Amino acid sequence: MRMLEVLSNQRPASPEPYKSLRFPRGTTRPAIEFHALSFTYPDGRKALHDISLIIQEREKVALVGPNGAGKSTLLLHLNGILKGQGIVKIMGVEVGDGNLGVIRSQVGLVFQHPDDQLFSLTVFEDVAFGPLHMDLDEQEVRQRVSWALTQVGMEGFENRIPHHLSLGEKKRIAIATVLAMRPAILALDEPSGELDPRARRGLIHLLRGLPQTMLVATHDMRLVKELLPRTVVLDGGEVVADGQTARLLKDAELLEKHGLEPP
Amino acid sequence: MTHIDILDQYQEGNSLVHHLDPRVKLILTLAFIVSVTAVPHGAWLSFLFFLLATGMVLAASRIPPLPILKRSMIAIPFALVALTLVFTSKGTPLFTLKLGSWSLAITQQGAIAFISILTKAWLAVLMATLLSATTTFPDLLFAMRALRLPKLIVATVSFMYRYIFVIADEALRLRRAREARSANPYGKGGGSLLWRARVLGGMIGSLFLRSYERSERIYAAMLSRGFDGRIRTMRAKRLQPTDLMVSIASVAYLLALVALTTVYMEI
Repeated sequence: MRMLEVLSNQRPASPEPYKSLRFPRGTTRPAIEFHALSFTYPDGRKALHDISLIIQEREKVALVGPNGAGKSTLLLHLNGILKGQGIVKIMGVEVGDGNLGVIRSQVGLVFQHPDDQLFSLTVFEDVAFGPLHMDLDEQEVRQRVSWALTQVGMEGFENRIPHHLSLGEKKRIAIATVLAMRPAILALDEPSGELDPRARRGLIHLLRGLPQTMLVATHDMRLVKELLPRTVVLDGGEVVADGQTARLLKDAELLEKHGLEPP
Repeated sequence: MTHIDILDQYQEGNSLVHHLDPRVKLILTLAFIVSVTAVPHGAWLSFLFFLLATGMVLAASRIPPLPILKRSMIAIPFALVALTLVFTSKGTPLFTLKLGSWSLAITQQGAIAFISILTKAWLAVLMATLLSATTTFPDLLFAMRALRLPKLIVATVSFMYRYIFVIADEALRLRRAREARSANPYGKGGGSLLWRARVLGGMIGSLFLRSYERSERIYAAMLSRGFDGRIRTMRAKRLQPTDLMVSIASVAYLLALVALTTVYMEI
């Protein structure tokens, strides 16, 4: 019902400059920073406890851990959908009520279920949603839509209806919906979940070609091994391990303890 | 996975009607319905000309007529409400039904009114069916937006259309799960009525909860892409010369028809 409240509250948006938060080329700086972040759901359930984590620009990081470990909750803190205690910084800027527009244009959050991500009637409208809400002019919106669809190999799907697409196609278009906003960071929740092997392969191939900083919450340890050099293990809302994927995946005891499987 | 496509009425096509601007089609359909309604009861010849108009649209759209005719029949049950007119209208009685001490007189005026209402309702739905068969739903919504319907209403209709299939699929899965667990090896069965009612109640409840949770996730997805409470959409396309020509011709036809009928019936 929150949605209806906001929909009916059609106040004009404050003109917010969508200036790029990107750093000069060649330098590495933190893209994502969590400083002592804790979050408790309104019903009292503790979801995150004292998370401190720094991810450098262009790093590709896996976020693994059992169901309910807090992976999705953590991702929702990246662009201020959820707000806990502690500090979250994106490209050096602290996430706060005043700059959510800029932050959200920099963090491309792809939700687990494409039926949640793709809420428009046509693929075009969905991919155009982000750019339109960045107040870009229509020419630019059209260009970005066709560019983003080409990036994910879905060119020519503009007029298709999301309901009639396969899950693999929907997942690709879900990624295009955020790519069209040209974010510096991609945060993906279970990108390979429920995909058949061929669609999964195609998706891994697609993700490998994207230059953005990536934080990927997943159970797919083979995807982690192939794609993401660094792994953060989350369990019970806490970071229990953080290091090179190659090394962590050899630690059978650690994986076993946190309900994970070596690939 | 089985899909439910109850609402997908659009028929792929490459005709003049398909290519008309959706705004033009929506306005002309509304104009047609208003004109049909404006014509007095019993103007049989005018009804024929209205039917001719739908026939022309049907021919120009080159879609199979039978499914359209079948779909347009959904109006009939609703129009049957007007059946009471047959008995309640004052006028020349055609014949009288005797039911004991009751007598029901069927009047000529009542019969004419009833058949006219039935015909008008059918003609209106026929044209609306043609509109939905030749215009995609996103285009219809675009037309509604262009005609300045409140954005909130258009957005609500859009979400409804997007998710009704998703929710129907969910309901289908729930039903299948129930059926898979309610096998009865001894033939007849299915549990008591009370038990079945309870299961159904549970299903509806679970469907509602799922939809509610989904709406929260969709809202989060909208926020993530910069939604701030103001709905932004692309500007409308330019009208083409064909759109204008068809509009003028159709409006002239409808106006002439209504005017001639009125004049003729006055005399």
